[in-house]
Amino acid sequence: MSGVAAPAPAAAGTGVETMTYREALRLAMRQEMERDERVFVMGEEVGVFDGSYKVTAGLLDEFGPDRVRDTPISEEGFLGAGVGAAMLGERPIVEVMTLNFVLVAMDQVVNHAAKVGAMFGGEVRCPLVIRTPNGAGNQLTAQHSQSFDGWFAGTPGLKVVAPATPADAKGLLKAAIRDDDPVLVIENLPIYKEKGEVEIDPDLVAPIGRAAIAREGSDLTIVSHSFATVRALHVAERLAADHGVAAEVIDLRSLRPLDVETVAASVAKTNRALCVEEGWPSYGVSAELAARIQHACFDDLDAPVERVGMAEVPLPYAKELELAAMPNEDRIERAALRVLDLAA
Amino acid sequence: MATIDSTALPVDPSVGDLYERYRTMFLIRRFEEAAERQYKAARIGGYCHLSSGQEAVTVGAVAALEADDLLVTGYRCHGFALARGVPADAVMAELFGRAHGCAHGRGGSMHLLDVSRGYYGGWGIVGGQLPIATGMALSLVRRGAEQAVLCELGDGAVNMGAWHESLNLAAVWGLPVVFLVINNLYGMGTSVARASAETDLFKRAGSYRMEGERVDGDDLEEVEAAAGRLLAQARKERRPAVLEAVTYRYRGHSVADAGLAYRTKEEIEERRRKDPLVRTRELLEARGVPAEGLDAIEAEVEAEVEASVSFAERDAPPAVEHLAAGMYMPGSEEQFERMRPGSPFGEAELVFAGGLGE
Repeated sequence: MSGVAAPAPAAAGTGVETMTYREALRLAMRQEMERDERVFVMGEEVGVFDGSYKVTAGLLDEFGPDRVRDTPISEEGFLGAGVGAAMLGERPIVEVMTLNFVLVAMDQVVNHAAKVGAMFGGEVRCPLVIRTPNGAGNQLTAQHSQSFDGWFAGTPGLKVVAPATPADAKGLLKAAIRDDDPVLVIENLPIYKEKGEVEIDPDLVAPIGRAAIAREGSDLTIVSHSFATVRALHVAERLAADHGVAAEVIDLRSLRPLDVETVAASVAKTNRALCVEEGWPSYGVSAELAARIQHACFDDLDAPVERVGMAEVPLPYAKELELAAMPNEDRIERAALRVLDLAA
Repeated sequence: MATIDSTALPVDPSVGDLYERYRTMFLIRRFEEAAERQYKAARIGGYCHLSSGQEAVTVGAVAALEADDLLVTGYRCHGFALARGVPADAVMAELFGRAHGCAHGRGGSMHLLDVSRGYYGGWGIVGGQLPIATGMALSLVRRGAEQAVLCELGDGAVNMGAWHESLNLAAVWGLPVVFLVINNLYGMGTSVARASAETDLFKRAGSYRMEGERVDGDDLEEVEAAAGRLLAQARKERRPAVLEAVTYRYRGHSVADAGLAYRTKEEIEERRRKDPLVRTRELLEARGVPAEGLDAIEAEVEAEVEASVSFAERDAPPAVEHLAAGMYMPGSEEQFERMRPGSPFGEAELVFAGGLGE
């Protein structure tokens, strides 16, 4: 049944293995499904088809159709069903094919899942996990190339994590599954194939609400999450090679809760901040970061906080236009140089 | 809650549980009349959707539930909470926004619940509760439990996408859920005829190869019998169903609506002549229950409603320092520690998660 060539990593064991981001997500689900009968996966094409992006490949064979449940194309219906099952104490992992399709289920995410805890006075919880990739590229065009991360991160009642590495994909997905609150796990299309070292230990869980210093530096802080972290790390290398600049890259990992402390500590050290995101920056994650940084680091800043995100247009089809619209490395580097007062 | 001393009354065996049903119907009627008075006295805020006229379907359908069945409703839910046994004190205190309300003053009129009685809310977005009820039914199947979910909705909800998606999922997965459509002829101010191409709403079940049935929603026994049969099928055979109960709400969509812009006084009066409370009382009298016994029920209920208002008046409002209580699980404070208001890294006036106690 599985169309995936690479052997699946063992669900139990110890040590470190190199695996892709999608394999790390799969490992997290396998481990948690073995650990807890209440965990089950549902979504479009998660079973027989092996997952639209092959994240759930092989799970149907291993766990059966009750725990790996194919759904109709019916996001509002099955996402809401996840809310209901979670309210009865299940641990549903609802896969939505991409973040774009969460929009048709927005009512269930924002006005139902997020409200359960507070609106009912803490009488009932909603331990739901929603897994979905954001991201743009491959000429997928306006309706399929978006990142609404900030919309969800701005919603009280939700928790939102967005891993950028295979290790965090495993650790944060496991944390999300074990969490008693609704957690949106924002994955990323371009990163699915990226490889990295992952600790197999099934007890190892990444903490929600803690950012990581992805690269140490002293001249500039680049704050990013998800695929923007990958871009930021490349730009940091370019800045070092071409300009002798030591950029620090903070990978937020968690958007709500947000680890302002780690960001602020970095900016206090570098005195310069650049926020990069895949989404539209107006009213976005980078807008939130800029507000937080100016408050926490008002006396430390040597330059205005800069932002880079998706150009504020519906993403066009033509390759040249698409590339120009994305927060590509050239744009990030130019912004970094402006913050550093090194712009030509 | 006090019960009726049935030994004092000459009981026709067919009376059975009808006393208790009637008492509950009467409780709902009087409770909502009191709620309206309190709303108009500005002691209850927000929206306040009354169900006067709909007591038979409310009580009949809930009476068909087993103790371990689950109930999910829309926002016109005072009657459902009371019928499921939530104490009037806890419901009235919730309407008053008090600490001992059933949702600790967080939910108000539209978001009543009582998990201990299998009542999972009290939802305010038309149709939004349907996928949730469907997921609860899925959970029951996963546990192999012989239980069912009753999901109440109004006639206005059947034109929502969530209705279609939920019925389809329930049917394609064989889930134990009965969708109770309370057709009171108007979705807010728009009549069913103006809103739905197929006005026989129960027939829509056929699109999902699901059983659909219409009953007189003002006939307590007819409602209870139909709901009982469909719920039993759901429990034992995992067959979902639609039960449409045709009834009428005497009051406006909410207390703020006089309810006369889209219907006539004559129409309302005509319906009042067929009042389900009167019908049920006549049924009891016809079965040999003396009027004095029924009057005694009514006096007892009125005292209970009055007591609930006193309870709500005396109850304290929720503590402001627990503004965010319940939003996140206990222990989440550590996750939020690095953006905590008042810390060096949080803005003082931002509130995102407070103490989870109370």
